Order: sequence, then structure tokens, then C-alpha cells
Amino acid sequence: MTNTLHRFGSAESFRDDFIVFAIASRGKNEEEALPKLRRFLEMAIPFGPVNLGDARHGGALRPCKELNPSAHWNRDMTPDFQEVVKGLDHITTVAAVFDSRVKAEEFVKKVKEADMGLSINISTSVDGAEQCCHAAGINRHSVGYSLGFEGKTERLPNSQVLTLMTMCGHGMVASSLAKKMIDWVKEGRRTPEEAVTYMSRFCSCGVFNPARAIRVLEDSRHHTK
Amino acid sequence: MRIDPQKCVACGNCTYVCPMGAIYVDPVIKRATVDRDECVECYACYNGLSQEHLNPTIVRTMRKVFQFLRIRFEPEPDVCPTAAFSPEDLVWPRVVRRAFSDPRVPHESTGVEGRGTEEVKTNDVSGRVVVGEVGFTIEFGRPGVGVRFHEIQKMTMRMAQAGVTFEKKNPVTTLLKDVATGEIREDILDEKIMSAIVEIKVPVARTEEVIRMVWEVEKQVDTVVCLGVGTRCDENGEDHVVAPILEKLGYHLDRAKTNIGLGRITNKPVETSKQPEPVAAGS
Repeated sequence: MTNTLHRFGSAESFRDDFIVFAIASRGKNEEEALPKLRRFLEMAIPFGPVNLGDARHGGALRPCKELNPSAHWNRDMTPDFQEVVKGLDHITTVAAVFDSRVKAEEFVKKVKEADMGLSINISTSVDGAEQCCHAAGINRHSVGYSLGFEGKTERLPNSQVLTLMTMCGHGMVASSLAKKMIDWVKEGRRTPEEAVTYMSRFCSCGVFNPARAIRVLEDSRHHTK
Repeated sequence: MRIDPQKCVACGNCTYVCPMGAIYVDPVIKRATVDRDECVECYACYNGLSQEHLNPTIVRTMRKVFQFLRIRFEPEPDVCPTAAFSPEDLVWPRVVRRAFSDPRVPHESTGVEGRGTEEVKTNDVSGRVVVGEVGFTIEFGRPGVGVRFHEIQKMTMRMAQAGVTFEKKNPVTTLLKDVATGEIREDILDEKIMSAIVEIKVPVARTEEVIRMVWEVEKQVDTVVCLGVGTRCDENGEDHVVAPILEKLGYHLDRAKTNIGLGRITNKPVETSKQPEPVAAGS
């Protein structure tokens, strides 16, 4: 799940983007990992995540395969965190997304106390992760730096679209959908809160950050970069 | 992926959600159509769109009436009104498209979802990258551009030429015909995928050399590249070794994935278990 690593933005732009995820390693600690992963998700809920998910089923907002046509007028857009916990039926990567460092720090402290033996990672700015570790009294074990996008970068869209679409690093949020949502918000056809729910449903592992996406859409309403 | 022309009502919602831009409304048949050469079988359309099961004839009639009256209906943009998508049975070599594009499908070679590799995320239990080493993840095609294996091969061949160590528990490594040359099996070279990660490991002293090689190959590929660099921190949780090298090369270290070292081996020991060794090019 390198999907959280290469989010587009400066370190400052990750001030509301803290992903804490748990992963078991094949052949090392995956036995009995399922209840631990479920516990990780349950433990996150009281700390107020903005998204919660697993890499098989997605986040707290999911597409519906039997949608009632009345949804066009009255669609439930409330994230269901308990459903994410209940739906976890495979050993896979699970993640909790927070929009503040303080919430992430408190959650990391709780995870440390729980001592489950799973690998825990924080994906955010380098400094933000260091601060979380410091607050929890943890020394970092390893770091994977993102060096950003290179090569044929002229094939990439503008920075606001890029910021939105890279919040699903697996690439499931299409640039054309992100652009469409920016346009709809500018036109007043949808609110930023509504627009992020559409994009969020495409992210297949639940690491899309709706709070950061709302901020980007509000910003794009006034000026497109 | 296929779109059933009997069901499709050409609402166009799916044309926006395809990460590769491979879906379009064909002006001749007036139905959404998948460009099979550009489609990477990521299933974003099938998995991500909510589905209604409306009667196609009624929907088409309503759309025609609205269109005639110049009335714009504001439907939800993430819905296929007639559930027109159906996955096809993929056979080799097309099946590799899905393996490298649909993150919900675990890679057969590693059992890991997404791009199929644990990298330094599990370094606290795997010991994949130890002090004095640097792990590189060189990812192609992301975000939203895609890549064909013949482009990736340019990098694997260059890396093999330099005698780097390919990570064995990585899906691209398993597709190398020969790790000594970095050649990828021929039957998949033209297959297009969402993205793939070439994963290598070198001593810290070779960090700059590898990055300069990546820069050199990047100029020859028609896609985007994301470079990730993983390192083991010292006993105080600091990295005073790799970060300065990267900064000297002009990188701003804005974002990172930090393994906080809470993992431990909890599986019961297996007598015959044998740790897979990394594959060294040229060895």
C-alpha cells in the first residue's frame, strides 16, 4: 500500500492529513492478525477519524450495487465506521485517517499501549510523523521518503486535480472525476461536502481524506491553479 | 471490462470515472464503449460506480424527452443507472493488467494487495532494509497515466546492468525473465497497467548513483515516475545518513511513510521455514 506515500502537496499542505495504518507481514505475524486488525479499527473510532478503511473493501463510504433511484434526491452521505469494522473479513492493510496531528498522536499512543505486534506506519509530512512519534515516546524504526513525481510530468493534470486524485494513491479517483467535481463546486451544482463523497467511494482502501479534499475544493472555488 | 450495449443509456457518467480515460460514448452506436487497448482492467468503473437497475428503454426515452426540452437532469455522477458493466474472464497475458491495476486483487506472487509489496512498511519484522542499506521503490504510471511493461523494462535493464539487488518479494521481479539482464518476459511487454513498482536495494554509498540512473532512464520513458527511498533509522529514531544525500540532490522531503517499530514476529516457528533471499542481478 504505497498508495499513501505519494500524495501531492507541500509538507504544509499535509497539516490535516495523517494516516495511521496497520499491516501484517506474510510469514512473520499474519497468524491471528484478523482480530488485531479489527481491534485497530475499533480503537481508532473514539479519536474522530475522517475516514477508516481496509484495502479489500474501501473506506467508510462505499458504492451501492442496488441503489434505489430515490438516492438522487435523498442519498445517505454519512460515513459508517462500524460497518468498516464489521466488514473486515480478510487479513489486509487497515487505515485510519485523521485531520489533525493531535488526534493522530493520541491514537498512536493508544496503539502503542495495545501492543498488538502489527507493523504500524504513519503517513504524513516527515515532521508530522516525527512529532507523533515523539508524543508517543517512540523512536522511528524506518522511513520511506516520497521524492515526488518525475519523468513525463507534462502528462499530469493541474495541482488541485492532482491533490484530489492522489488521495487515492492506487489511482482509483480519476483525474477527470476530480476535475468534474471542481467544476461542479465552482458552478454551485454541488457543495464540497457532497463532491468529496463521490470521489471517496472510488478509493478502494479508505485512505481518501474528505477533510483535506473539502479544503481543496473550497480553495478551487475561488481560483483554479 | 465490457459495457452491455443493450443496457447502456449513454448517460456518460462512466466516461469521467475511468482513470485511464478509456471509456467514451461512441457516436455511431450511441453507447459507452471501452477502448480495450487503453483499459487496464482496474475495475474502477465496475467497483466504484453505484448501480441502479432501471429499465434501459424507459431511461433512454426520458433522456430523449429531457434533451428535446433542453432540460438538464442532475443525476448523481457516480451511478450507472442500468448496471451495464460486466467483467470479462481475463486470460494471459491480459490478466496481468488487472493484477497491476485493481488494488483489491492480491498479487499471486506476494499475497499483498495494491502494488503488491510490503517495502519498509513491515521493515520492523521483515528486516528488508537494514542499517547501511537503502531500499528504492521506483513506481511507473502513477498517478493516472499508466505504463506498458516495455517502458518498465528500460529501468530494470539499466538497474541490472548496474548490478543492483532486485527485491524478490515484489511482483515485477517475478516477471523478470532474467534478473541478470533485467529483461521482462516478452509476452507481457505491450500490456498496459495502472502502475508497477520496481524495487531494489543497494548500500547507502550507492544512493546517489542509483538516483542518477533513474534520472537518466526517466528521460526515455513516456510516463511518470514516483521515486520512494526507504531507510532504517538509527537507535534514536533518526536518519542522518540518507536524508542529507537526498537533500543534496535537490529533493524537498515533504512526505514520508514512517514505520514506528511496533511490529514483532508472532507466527509460530515452522521448522522448514526458509527466508527468501533477495535476487542479485548478475548473481
